[in-house]
Amino acid sequence: MPCTRCAKQVSVFLENKPGRLTDVCRALGDAGVNIRAFCVAEASEFGILRLIVDKPDVAAETLAARGYAVTEHEVLAVQLQDRPGDLARALTALSGAGINVEYIYAFLTPKEQQAVVIFRVADAQVADTIARLEEAAFEVIPAERIYGM
Amino acid sequence: MIFDPYHECMDVEQRRELQIRRLRETVARLMVSVPFYRDRFRSHGIEPEALQSIDDLKNLPFTTKDDLRETYPYGMFAAPLPDIVRLHASSGTSGRPTLVGYTAEDIEIWSDVIARSICCAGGDSHDILHVAYGYGLFTGGLGLHFGGERLGCTVVPMSAGNTKRQLRMMVDLGCTLLACTPSYALTLADAAQEEGVSRDQLKLRSGIFGAEPWSDGMRQQVEERLGLSAHDIYGLSEIIGPGVSQECGEKNGLHVFDDHFVPEIVDPDTGESLPPGQEGELVITCITKRCLPLIRYRTRDISALYTEPCPCSRTHVRMARITGRTDDMLIIRGVNVFPSQIEEVLTRVEGVEPHYQIVVGREGHMDTLEVQVEVTPHIMADTIGGMERLEREIARELQATLSLTAKVRLVEPQTIARSEGKAKRVIDLRKEG
Repeated sequence: MPCTRCAKQVSVFLENKPGRLTDVCRALGDAGVNIRAFCVAEASEFGILRLIVDKPDVAAETLAARGYAVTEHEVLAVQLQDRPGDLARALTALSGAGINVEYIYAFLTPKEQQAVVIFRVADAQVADTIARLEEAAFEVIPAERIYGM
Repeated sequence: MIFDPYHECMDVEQRRELQIRRLRETVARLMVSVPFYRDRFRSHGIEPEALQSIDDLKNLPFTTKDDLRETYPYGMFAAPLPDIVRLHASSGTSGRPTLVGYTAEDIEIWSDVIARSICCAGGDSHDILHVAYGYGLFTGGLGLHFGGERLGCTVVPMSAGNTKRQLRMMVDLGCTLLACTPSYALTLADAAQEEGVSRDQLKLRSGIFGAEPWSDGMRQQVEERLGLSAHDIYGLSEIIGPGVSQECGEKNGLHVFDDHFVPEIVDPDTGESLPPGQEGELVITCITKRCLPLIRYRTRDISALYTEPCPCSRTHVRMARITGRTDDMLIIRGVNVFPSQIEEVLTRVEGVEPHYQIVVGREGHMDTLEVQVEVTPHIMADTIGGMERLEREIARELQATLSLTAKVRLVEPQTIARSEGKAKRVIDLRKEG
């Protein structure tokens, strides 16, 4: 069952060679897709580009049509205060509950002066993660708001 | 020295007599003991008594690797299991190894032809024989071992691997003969250089190298760097293992021990016999073996036969060094690999579509095998750990099936060149200039 509180992240498999990232970004630009946040995890010969965009389905279709291996995964976008210690507090809530964060990346929203952290946890732990974060008074941002930020 | 002058230097006509007598016996025995051959000979109207000359061999049906596969494991054995004293196997295709068996008499024959081979390469009973072919299901190690003992050599059963230790033993023991793959001989030469072992410290005088194709350029390198005379040995487990044929000091073709293994060259497409000197597929008939006397076995190796006398005084027909294959089999570090085996492994690993490419190269002197696999959304993970797990799983399956370490490389979809819709599966970068 799809998670209604989750945002869709588009993941792309890229070989580690010049021009691949350029090609992806240009294709997204041409398709009118705006990137909110991204990060690249790299191994020696390949990388995985992870993207939060305004139109994830369009992004995924565009890249798949260009021949990329693309998947969509559910991640949690969590609002944090842009101040010392707030991320540590969020992580403490999760580690205290035995939840392992597979990966994490963040961006700042200029308008709202706030930090948004993208969490990826095991699919089976998504519900628990949301509960723990809300217990600790963090807001899990609804997908539509993330896409429109 | 000639190990068995009677058989090796026999008058050619006399040998032909011996061959036809042995062939007739073998065909008669197969009709009684192997249903596969009984049916096949009957359907071709073959009567052992009707075989008049060894030239009649060309009227007999071929045997192929597929026949061995279909009768796996014991269907082709012409001797009862209690008489079988040894089994060997190669990785085979379609998930079935190619299994071969030996009676005590077969082991005797094998030891004899290897003893002949060692002598052919200039060895004798005073030699210390360092065997660096793998011991195990592969025929190389044990084949050379038994033959060395038969001749009376002092045999050092090093098997494969641990190059530094091999080198130390070779120096300490004063080994005079080396048996391994030609590429491993060069690896040993590299190790000697690294360890500062000079040619004078090595007592090697001759080498018996086989299980993979090599060139004259490589021969020259091995000879110069190890200070020995390098000789080619040929064989395949289906026939007996190494010792089907062997190069003498003339280095002008390999003497086929044709009082046991009768060679022919045929057109690989039509199966028609080709005259001496002409290149084609090597076909071999076993006329003395007890367990697995294959008739007209298609080796898929490309060679040519020469009947001119050899100055060494052996009268065996000679075959040219193998120049290629009629199928897509690769020989990687002495191991036979078919692309179809790799494809099978990939389809077995859940979700991997077989869009793959095999890149064979050479690092130093050892062959390398890289299997490139296109990533599909189906197998893609969003973490590096997930992708590396996939790589490891494929590598593990390849290792289990091929007994070879392969590097697995994940590549983007549609990046492996497809020509006319069909991918080019193999890139062999080893072609020597």
